[in-house]
Amino acid sequence: MAAIELRNVKKSFGVVNVIKGVDLEVKKGEFMVFVGPSGCGKSTLLRLISGLEDITSGEMLFDGKVVNALTPSKRGIAMVFQSYALYPHMTVYENMAFGLKLEKGHSKEAIRQRVEKAADMLQIRQYLDRLPKQLSGGQRQRVAIGRAITRDPKVFLFDEPLSNLDAALRVATRIEIAKLHEEMNDVTMIYVTHDQVEAMTLADRICVLRDGLVEQVGTPMELYERPDSIFVAGFIGSPKMNFVAGEKASAFSCSTVGIRGEHMDIKPDGIWEGKVIHTENLGADSYVYLDMGQEEPVVVRHDGTTNYQSGSLVRVSPQEDRIHRFNEAGKPIR
Amino acid sequence: MTGSFDLWKLTKGVLFYALVIAIVVIAVFPFYYAILTSFKAGTDLFRINYWPTSFSLANYQSVFSQGAFPRNLLNSVFVASVTVALALFLAVTASFALSRVRFRGRGLLLMTILAVSMFPQIAVLAGLFEVIRFLGIYNTPWALIFAYTIFTLPFTVWVLTTFMRDLPVEIEEAAIVDGATPWVIITQVFMPLMWPALVTTGLLAFIAAWNEFLFALTFTVSNQTRTVPVAIALLSGGSQYEIPWGIIMAASVIVTVPLVALVLIFQRKIVSGLTAGGVKG
Amino acid sequence: MTSEAIGAPTAAAQPRQKSELMQQRVRAARLFLLPMMIALAVVAGWPLARSIYFSFTDATLNDLYGAEWIGFGNYLQIRVLESGRTIYRGVLADPAWWNAVWNTVRFAFWSVLWETILGMIVALVLNAEFKGRGIVRAAILIPWAIPTIVSARMWSWMLNDQFGILNDLGMRLGLLNAPVAWTASPDTAMLAVLVVDIWKTTPFMALLILAGLQMIPKDIYEAAEIDGVHPVKQFFRITLPLVRPALMVAIIFRVLDALRIFDLIYVLTPNSAATKTMSVISQENLFQFNNFAEGSAQSTLLFLLIAIFTILYIWLGKVNFDGGDR
Repeated sequence: MAAIELRNVKKSFGVVNVIKGVDLEVKKGEFMVFVGPSGCGKSTLLRLISGLEDITSGEMLFDGKVVNALTPSKRGIAMVFQSYALYPHMTVYENMAFGLKLEKGHSKEAIRQRVEKAADMLQIRQYLDRLPKQLSGGQRQRVAIGRAITRDPKVFLFDEPLSNLDAALRVATRIEIAKLHEEMNDVTMIYVTHDQVEAMTLADRICVLRDGLVEQVGTPMELYERPDSIFVAGFIGSPKMNFVAGEKASAFSCSTVGIRGEHMDIKPDGIWEGKVIHTENLGADSYVYLDMGQEEPVVVRHDGTTNYQSGSLVRVSPQEDRIHRFNEAGKPIR
Repeated sequence: MTGSFDLWKLTKGVLFYALVIAIVVIAVFPFYYAILTSFKAGTDLFRINYWPTSFSLANYQSVFSQGAFPRNLLNSVFVASVTVALALFLAVTASFALSRVRFRGRGLLLMTILAVSMFPQIAVLAGLFEVIRFLGIYNTPWALIFAYTIFTLPFTVWVLTTFMRDLPVEIEEAAIVDGATPWVIITQVFMPLMWPALVTTGLLAFIAAWNEFLFALTFTVSNQTRTVPVAIALLSGGSQYEIPWGIIMAASVIVTVPLVALVLIFQRKIVSGLTAGGVKG
Repeated sequence: MTSEAIGAPTAAAQPRQKSELMQQRVRAARLFLLPMMIALAVVAGWPLARSIYFSFTDATLNDLYGAEWIGFGNYLQIRVLESGRTIYRGVLADPAWWNAVWNTVRFAFWSVLWETILGMIVALVLNAEFKGRGIVRAAILIPWAIPTIVSARMWSWMLNDQFGILNDLGMRLGLLNAPVAWTASPDTAMLAVLVVDIWKTTPFMALLILAGLQMIPKDIYEAAEIDGVHPVKQFFRITLPLVRPALMVAIIFRVLDALRIFDLIYVLTPNSAATKTMSVISQENLFQFNNFAEGSAQSTLLFLLIAIFTILYIWLGKVNFDGGDR
């Protein structure tokens, strides 16, 4: 039985339809990531699951029971917000204990134990007496996660929790969250992000949203290898998948050919020719940007360092078995 | 860097500081002169001085010994404090509803509140008189506490609503996820964050109640029940020459000094409070 | 709702329910608003309605409940005598009332005009960076903090004809030949009232304008400086247009306040026809001259005038009645 099930869930604000009918199952203990461009409805969907927002129509089930009308606390969820949303006037300890204090029936000692256990998990025990303003951004985010853990939720919701952190801290916290998921393997986690790297590295399954609808749900590798549409193909993976249209696509009897940079080889007998616009050397590999008469430059990923003169012509070939062919509707031809 | 340029700059500087000094002198002089007068006794009063020449506490002694002034002072403190406490209590919960919950008619309600704060007091005077007589609180401090609600409540609701609207939504949502009811959100999450706003609005409402004259003049009639503004306005002798200017100035200084002190201490907060009530709307 | 029901009968089977959370919030909101609304109804709504009602009756101070409906009689009564002469009675035919209206309008116009000009000057000074700015800001708060009654008394002492310091100063500086009875003389009474009101209220205006000025980004001026725009031109081309919204709201706010002026005039120039305003004449009729019904009519007329300005304020101020996100 799915931990969370959405049946034709819709949400509109006035006349604006934000979620246009979503069916989704999240399994117990699964780490599900919602990704999509801004405005796709991923945060709204998370808020519908949390209960902070009413669903306009459809059904939301937790463990097989309809929870449409239940308050967030009765749903047994905990949430980590983008801006941490710590109570500024409470110490770290009070912040973490607030939810338990409001839930009647916990002794002081029991609360203390649970807060301390969560604090130990996140290594914030030495900060328990501080106020949020005395902590760094990364520490605050850990407190916010700690506050959520303390409540011992069935479902753990993250709303772009890393977007306010700097790049280095983001990687460290990401690893921390991944570890957390391993330790709390019976807790279902839903995580919203617009960063596909976070999605690829954290998720058991990814749900790609576009314009209020689910575009595709699958494991990171499924999405990478078998995208269900041009949109998903372009959204997952870095650098972005190249799309080649026109005559070059007709040769493969489709309207658009999608090929990732890492699946192209620069070789003298390549079937396509392009003019080098720019080369980025990243050390382990390098990206060569080619003008092939397409809307956007084609990026070829090349192992090791290279140095192609800008303006020079090179020939490339896609690896045949890695080609994605799409029809005019943007759907894959398999 | 020619000589004439420096001269022009100097002139500008001098003119600017002359303006600054003029502003300060005009703003402060009447109060300064009231203090000066209040320390004069007897015929000194009728000698015009610009600087202190004599010092006597006689006026202050008579303010506190003659008449009901100490009583009036107590009345004012009582009326203003209770009015503010009442207004803040009603306003905190109301402004939570107005700033944080979507419901039909909210815009209309806010508009009504703003309109009430613009009411000319005279427009409700006759009707209020009737209600106050009906309640049997005519000529008591309660009449004033009751009547002052008409201007303190809309003002506090308006300013607190503006302030609460700016509190981060996510903090409230975090509290909801933690299982907090609206009452818990107000008392345990928002109130601690709102102390600055509460102090500011409370202070402004206090000043308004402390200074009010029309209702106090109309709804209290005996020396014992009056507040200080009415007492000061009605302090007089038999003829023009007998107006006890020294005593009036002493009383004026007594009621003004605490106010000026409060205002100077809370300068920045008051300025922001006034702006929230006035400009931002 | 209905079109959805046709398209998806299964979805229609479950009525659209509000969640417990939303219900809880709306219920709490009602409960929280109730005391305030009752309070406002009792101290504002009901008294206002009764005041307006009294203006259509023959109520007297001692007999409020025996009042009888007489229609517009308190406002205007036209009677034709047997001799053929027509007599007009009521507030609208009363020269004293029109004098009060004229005084009120005159007072409101001049006080707000000067408060705006002087307030702008003070605000510009406070907006500049200079040593002692804190002192100036503190100093101008003093007139604002002083109770109106106290400032009226302070100034009537300074304006005293025999012992007033302002007459003394005027004569020393050669501006006056003889002492002037500023508050008693009908020629100067309004001037005296205006001076005191402007002194007391300019700080408020200055602070509101200053808040508007401080919202103007500094780099605009830096750009103008680089382009060599003259400071005077900067003021009229940049500052004024940008503070105009704040200025307009402040002005209307002040006009509303000026129109209802009572205490300053009541204390500074008692019983002077030259300064008697609508609030003063109405209060006198209500509680001193036993013309309760007529006083109610006058207060109702003032209410109407102010209501018009309030609507203007809400309209021009584009007041934001929208709450937060939820």
